Amino acid sequence: MKILVGVKRVVDANVKVRVKSDNTAVDLNNAKMAINPFCEIAIEEAIRMKEAGAAEEVIAVSIGPTVCQEQIRTALALGSDRGILVETDDHVDPLAVAKILKAIVDKEQVDLVILGKLSIDTDNNQVGQMLGALCNYPQGTFACSAEFKEGKIEVSREIDGGEQTVLLDLPAIVTTDLRLNEPRYASLPNIMKAKKKPIDFFSPADFGVDTATKLKILSVEPPSERTAGVKVESVEELVDKLRHEAKVI
Amino acid sequence: MSVLVIAEHDNSELKSATLNAVTAAEEISSDIDILVAGSKSDDVVNAAAQVSGVTKVIHANNGCYENQLAESVAPLVSDLGKNYSHILAPATTTGKNLLPRVAALLNVAQISDIVEVKSDDTFVRPIYAGNALATVQSSDAIKVITVRTTAFADAESGGCATVETSDFAVDQSSAVFMGEKLSQSERPELTSASIIISGGRGMQDGKNFVLLEKVADKLGAAIGASRAAVDAGFVPNDYQVGQTGKIVAPDLYIAVGISGAIQHLAGMKDSKVIVAINKDEEAPIFQIADYGLVADLFKVLPELEQIL
Repeated sequence: MKILVGVKRVVDANVKVRVKSDNTAVDLNNAKMAINPFCEIAIEEAIRMKEAGAAEEVIAVSIGPTVCQEQIRTALALGSDRGILVETDDHVDPLAVAKILKAIVDKEQVDLVILGKLSIDTDNNQVGQMLGALCNYPQGTFACSAEFKEGKIEVSREIDGGEQTVLLDLPAIVTTDLRLNEPRYASLPNIMKAKKKPIDFFSPADFGVDTATKLKILSVEPPSERTAGVKVESVEELVDKLRHEAKVI
Repeated sequence: MSVLVIAEHDNSELKSATLNAVTAAEEISSDIDILVAGSKSDDVVNAAAQVSGVTKVIHANNGCYENQLAESVAPLVSDLGKNYSHILAPATTTGKNLLPRVAALLNVAQISDIVEVKSDDTFVRPIYAGNALATVQSSDAIKVITVRTTAFADAESGGCATVETSDFAVDQSSAVFMGEKLSQSERPELTSASIIISGGRGMQDGKNFVLLEKVADKLGAAIGASRAAVDAGFVPNDYQVGQTGKIVAPDLYIAVGISGAIQHLAGMKDSKVIVAINKDEEAPIFQIADYGLVADLFKVLPELEQIL
């Protein structure tokens, strides 16, 4: 079995981003970049499947500028076997990402695709589902567990109000939620070894995908800020304020 | 211009998230239809027909839609959707699972989690966990959109839409529904509650959530939790409020033992009134709280329960 995992380069989750003063975008100059946390969970899940003997090969794919190699190298250090970078400096919409991934799925004859449920920059939560549609494969989104069962994969999903379990034919798409696993850290020897693992380079055009977008960003603005209110001294004062000042209880 | 709204339901009840999506739809066009895709879902259709502003309810009543798997419903929605300029669904886990699949079948973009309608092609949506708001303009022929429910009021009742049935059926067996574990609770749902009391890592143990429950019972509140409390195993994941959990905006949000990580604030900072109870006076949660109480939650919660 071959598993494809998506690796997106995003701003580090601990960085508090600010909007540029000209309101065109968020300011990422000199910001620390990292693998999207949900992609880390996807890599971990794929590697565990390989370690359990359920998969032979894990391919890590990233789409973006040349520096995305850094995130692919991390995925290789964590245990992926090889990397694919689809190089572009353009902003690539989720639908175009899904089209590129479909081309790779077809080319590599992948049995399972594991992606993060969303990336913490654009917060779209779309690519896995779109890839499912384009490939006509079933999807197990927001997964909190994934297990192979007799040539299929059983996925439990985080849904509003609880959990849902679905049984999917392979090939399938799985998108990760937080509880699926706890990603490991790369060890130094593995980081060194990862430098020798292969990365193939392509462009979106190699897959016949046009990255022109139908969605134009007109402006990016900071949200209205809340300001700190008052400190109360006691529970009585708090309840009094809630009853008579805020009038919410 | 016409809008198709996808109903959120469980085959017996129309969920209020649908009403928020209808309100967003009303800001786009006055020509609004609702799709109820389900099985034995007549009660849902009746409820949907009474939503004010709705012209027509399309009822796709077929066993294949019973569990509303995206693999089954997406082909239906993309087929019906060709007749509309906009397709809207609430940004619930059901809507988020379904609509990108629909958009890809229609070869158009999907716009996630809108919080404002600027015009029929321009919408505002949060990015970077709500640390920025992007205004986006779509030039796609069909705009496929999920709606952040807390950003739009409930559509009123009092409508009398016509009902039409759709015989469109989808024969797929690549995804099979195996079961569902839903948390049973007498309390209001997190996303529609007017008061929420949430616990964080400061609760120290899942057992201590009983202290929150007692206060919640007095207030008729829903109970939430920070990701830290979920990660620590205190409570199940469906309690989670934040960027990676549920987005809420109640009239009153009481954060107990929650420090106020960015990712938690992203899920609750649009609440009308925020109360923070934390023994660490430096906790970032106090910077956005309307009322802060620096105190030990294990003393405060029993006292609060007494007074209410």
